[in-house]
Amino acid sequence: MIAGFLTATTAMAQEKPVLTVYTYDSFVSDWGPGPAIETAFEAECGCDLKFVATGDGAALLSRVLLEGEGTEADVVLGLDTSLTAAAAASGLFAPGRQAGAAYDLPVDWTDPTFVPYDWGWFAFVYDKTKTDTVPADFEALAKSDLKIVIEDPRSSTPGLGLLFWVKAVYGDRAAAIWEGLADNIVTVTPGWSEAYGLFLEGEADMVLSYTTSPAYHLIAESDDSKAAAAFSEGHYLQVEVAGKLKGTDQDALADQFLAFMTTDAFQSVIPETNWMYPAVTPVSGLPVGFETLIRPEKSLLFPPEEAAAIRDSALGEWQTALSR
Amino acid sequence: MADRAQPLSAGLWLGAGTAVALILALTLGTLGAVLGRAGSFAGLAPADWAALRFTVTQAAVSAALSLALAIPVARALARRRFPGRGALITLLGAPFILPVIVAVMGILGIFGRSGILNDGLAALGFDRVSIYGFGGVVLAHVFFNLPLAVRLLLQGWLAIPAERFRLAAALGFGPGDIARHLERPMLKALGPGIFVTIFLICLTSFAVALTLGGGPKATTVELAIYQAFRFDFDLGRAALLASLQLALCAITALVAARFAVPSAFGAGLDRPVARWDAGSAGLRLLDTLLLGLAALFLLAPLAAVMVAGLPRVLALPEQVWHAAIRSLIVACGTTIVAMALALPLALAIARRGRTRMLETVGMLPLATSSLVTGTGLFLLLRPVASPGDLALPVTVAVNAAMALPFVLRALIPAARDLEADYGRLAASLGMQGVARLRLLTVPRLRRPLGFAAGLTAALSMGDLGVIALFADADHATLPLQLYRLMGAYRMADAAGAAVLLLALSLALFWIFDRGGRADAGA
Repeated sequence: MIAGFLTATTAMAQEKPVLTVYTYDSFVSDWGPGPAIETAFEAECGCDLKFVATGDGAALLSRVLLEGEGTEADVVLGLDTSLTAAAAASGLFAPGRQAGAAYDLPVDWTDPTFVPYDWGWFAFVYDKTKTDTVPADFEALAKSDLKIVIEDPRSSTPGLGLLFWVKAVYGDRAAAIWEGLADNIVTVTPGWSEAYGLFLEGEADMVLSYTTSPAYHLIAESDDSKAAAAFSEGHYLQVEVAGKLKGTDQDALADQFLAFMTTDAFQSVIPETNWMYPAVTPVSGLPVGFETLIRPEKSLLFPPEEAAAIRDSALGEWQTALSR
Repeated sequence: MADRAQPLSAGLWLGAGTAVALILALTLGTLGAVLGRAGSFAGLAPADWAALRFTVTQAAVSAALSLALAIPVARALARRRFPGRGALITLLGAPFILPVIVAVMGILGIFGRSGILNDGLAALGFDRVSIYGFGGVVLAHVFFNLPLAVRLLLQGWLAIPAERFRLAAALGFGPGDIARHLERPMLKALGPGIFVTIFLICLTSFAVALTLGGGPKATTVELAIYQAFRFDFDLGRAALLASLQLALCAITALVAARFAVPSAFGAGLDRPVARWDAGSAGLRLLDTLLLGLAALFLLAPLAAVMVAGLPRVLALPEQVWHAAIRSLIVACGTTIVAMALALPLALAIARRGRTRMLETVGMLPLATSSLVTGTGLFLLLRPVASPGDLALPVTVAVNAAMALPFVLRALIPAARDLEADYGRLAASLGMQGVARLRLLTVPRLRRPLGFAAGLTAALSMGDLGVIALFADADHATLPLQLYRLMGAYRMADAAGAAVLLLALSLALFWIFDRGGRADAGA
């Protein structure tokens, strides 16, 4: 039986060139962007696009670092700006800048290596039918009786994003803010799925997610009860990127894929599968329903090097404040 | 126990040797691979020591409580006959095989902020209680492990020959005498091993501890390993922490082996046990109450999961069903491999005099971090083959190794009794090899074998360990698919997939365990 598995998978015809793209798990799921993008790209490249899923975004980077120069990956898709400094420092990635792309990002994109494909603002999502007073910043949240569930920055990228968000807004006062938030935090989960699940089960009034999360409920479930709280001090960004490996044996195909990422065929799939904003707004615009979402005026984002530099001390502050 | 160590046959040597080799490769071998790849070795931070303290404390409390609660429940199950008893025993096993996230959702459905308990308290005008924190962690771990402890103890009770109880009745023993002469020796023999098993399960937990622990206070060593891997890519630190975890396991197992005293009952004729001692109305009431409470505690969260997911099961997307079939194949493969490895190992342990080392090896998989195992295997296998191609075989091998400690816990006591009671007879008859296996070993070990096979299959069904590191897009198992549904916001479908997973795991458990269920052969 075991041998059967082996032959079944290796026996797939390999006449066409294969472009191997490492990505995170939810990207390749049947409900994620993967399948539609695979079809669209294969229609124009005459190749076999092979997605390899590796867990979440952080696991993706450690997988590539683990494999080093011998990696089978031609392209890595799904890192975010809290991880790109470490990725770039590994020396495994080749320049992939798409000079002509007209990005619709809230920040200027000048990174020479990584190509952004979608983005979102972190936000606290709540249920409009259950919560009337919505805090407008972290201090108001800390003073309120609202119960929140957040992700652990040591095991998830949203958790890390929240850490940077508080740091970006409050700087040296971040530790004090965390101490104020301590009695609002019901619990800290290992990842986004657990946190969002707890919120939907009614374990918390708010959950750390994205401003785009309510769009899922509205569009896919016709449920307009969820909303994201707008914070006047600004929202931290997550920009998801892809990069080409230096050691790729499909250099031209990898370039073609990076360019394809900025086209309509790729970008139009993103909003309703990854539930994030596309990096380049498709010609047809955003799906109906996205116009109901809050759009923070101020976007916060540490440059990758700065994020990497402050991570450990910010983590220490967080741990100390919440362990009291 | 046999008076002297008897020589092992070639088949036993081969099977036991393979099992030991597989375990060592998957635990120490993978750890070595990670250590070998690590460039530098930073020391442990103060936070790591705090994590270690928390980990050990919660594991010790969880294990002690699970075992203490399991004793009266298992006793009640052992001495009562009632309609639906077999179904109840199977159902009580369910929490142990659920993926963490599903079980946690079930627990919160009852004990959570807006769970039934708190809604009830609020309706009666009481304050709501919060289970997040140390108490929540212990509650969840008891929920997971009480069923395992009950089942392992129940095996012990059923292994006491019916003739002993008959004799006890003839001698006019009361419940106190029965406890002193028959039950306590059995508990003394099984207790330490069960405690260690549960202690080790709780030692490597991190999703439960974090989710219900309420925050950074509830940090476990496993989370530190996860962090070292995922965000720091510090293989040296991850390997160091994993070594610490293994050392802790080895010490615990060695200490427990010191206390384990084999029971000596002598052979029985396997008649169903009539319990003349437990007929009084007071004891009947006590047992009914105990079973009722245990069933309520273990089944109410499962009911919460069922209620949430049942309406969605039939509407589940096709891919979920494909994943379910893949999981079933993996679970059956795992069971075959695990049984083929565990039986010779258990027999070898039972037949040799000094086996503390072998037993400790058998416990190792419990203390290994699945991240370290996955990563180490990855490092070892990648030069040989593409990880995606190996996803399912690797999952089978790792799941089989991970199940071995539970299987051994179930098999070893029975194998020891078998050896003590029939070893010399079989040897004097010249019973060897397949004949001995067919005529003596398998029939005598049917009960624990069935239970162990059921447990292995169900555990493998719910496992989310290494598959995540190896699987490519097309090789998702049911638990992985469940997480993917959650990742795509499809929580209702995920609840449906959870019910499917629960149903399939229980069905597998029931089918395998059937031959070993208490009422079988009665």
